[in-house]
Amino acid sequence: MSPILGARGGLSASAYGFTSAVAALGDYESIQTVTVGAGGSASITFSSIPSTYKHLQIRVNARCAGSFTGTTAVRATYNSDTTLTNYWTHYLRGNGAAAAAASNNGPNYTFMIGDNNNTASAFSGAVVDILDYSNTNKNTTTRALSGGDWNGSGEIYLSSVSWNNTAAINNIVITAYDGNMMQYSSFALYGVK
Amino acid sequence: MAKTYEPIATTTLGSATASVTFSSISGTYTDLILVIFAATTHTSSTFTSLQFNGDTGTNYSATELYGTGTSALSGRDSNVARGWMGLDISISNTVGDSVTTAHIMNYSNTTTYKTFLSRSNRASSSLDYSGTNATVALWRNTAAITSIAVKNSRGGVEYNFSTGSTFTLYGIKAA
Repeated sequence: MSPILGARGGLSASAYGFTSAVAALGDYESIQTVTVGAGGSASITFSSIPSTYKHLQIRVNARCAGSFTGTTAVRATYNSDTTLTNYWTHYLRGNGAAAAAASNNGPNYTFMIGDNNNTASAFSGAVVDILDYSNTNKNTTTRALSGGDWNGSGEIYLSSVSWNNTAAINNIVITAYDGNMMQYSSFALYGVK
Repeated sequence: MAKTYEPIATTTLGSATASVTFSSISGTYTDLILVIFAATTHTSSTFTSLQFNGDTGTNYSATELYGTGTSALSGRDSNVARGWMGLDISISNTVGDSVTTAHIMNYSNTTTYKTFLSRSNRASSSLDYSGTNATVALWRNTAAITSIAVKNSRGGVEYNFSTGSTFTLYGIKAA
């Protein structure tokens, strides 16, 4: 087919991934991006998030410095609420051999990325949707598709987290349970109107 | 704020075609998203996959999570010549039964291998391998992705995508 075509307006963007939203192209905006430098980073912070969007999406390409073989859980903490029991996680996981499901009220497994004990240079991916994040009449639900493959091993996750708080989210801190985020890891926050 | 979600190219097949290729992809985006509404001309269901930069070597692998409607399963394929968008989710003979969305992360960096996440489904039960699927795939190459070939095959044999199949590539630009 032909190479790059010009941008076309007026299309419905089902590719956004938000089944509850119908957004026209151009209503998806980049808010902030963090790329981890040499030495790694213990956490990633998005602060002063405006409430002018309907939904948020965080797109991740990352690797953790921990020593697990496979993935480690990563938590997104909202508005500095570090009380783990305020977050309720459900997930469905495939590890190449079997599917499993679990839930917990405490450990906040927002998404999963691979540790440093996997194939070198392989970074995991995550697409994290934070739905109706500024609505103050209901708790906030986060939904993610995440995982990594390392040619002979790998894990894929569908997860959701309910934050038991009706506040509008204006601050997000992302932290892995096992090790720092490694150099070249990137975290991009977007808003969808 | 920059507006960052842009359609790069789209094609709707006017005739049955074995492969759809997006070429000369600019490195100006952060991630790519590929949305596919496809059907197969084969009498049995077939499977979709990606190859990057013309690499037909066994440099791809994938891990999947698959729901059939009665059970949840997981599978893997390693050292293969294509990046599967669902090892066990097929496309059928009717456009619209099968929809696949792939997120190709950080595709233009030259430091890391390339990972893509995909979600796919097949609603019809008239052929085998229907259900819903999530897959993560790895291309063991640090090159920037400049072309993507979408393939349709089963059992190592390639088949045509049906007339009317639609393939759209989007780019997302980070701040």
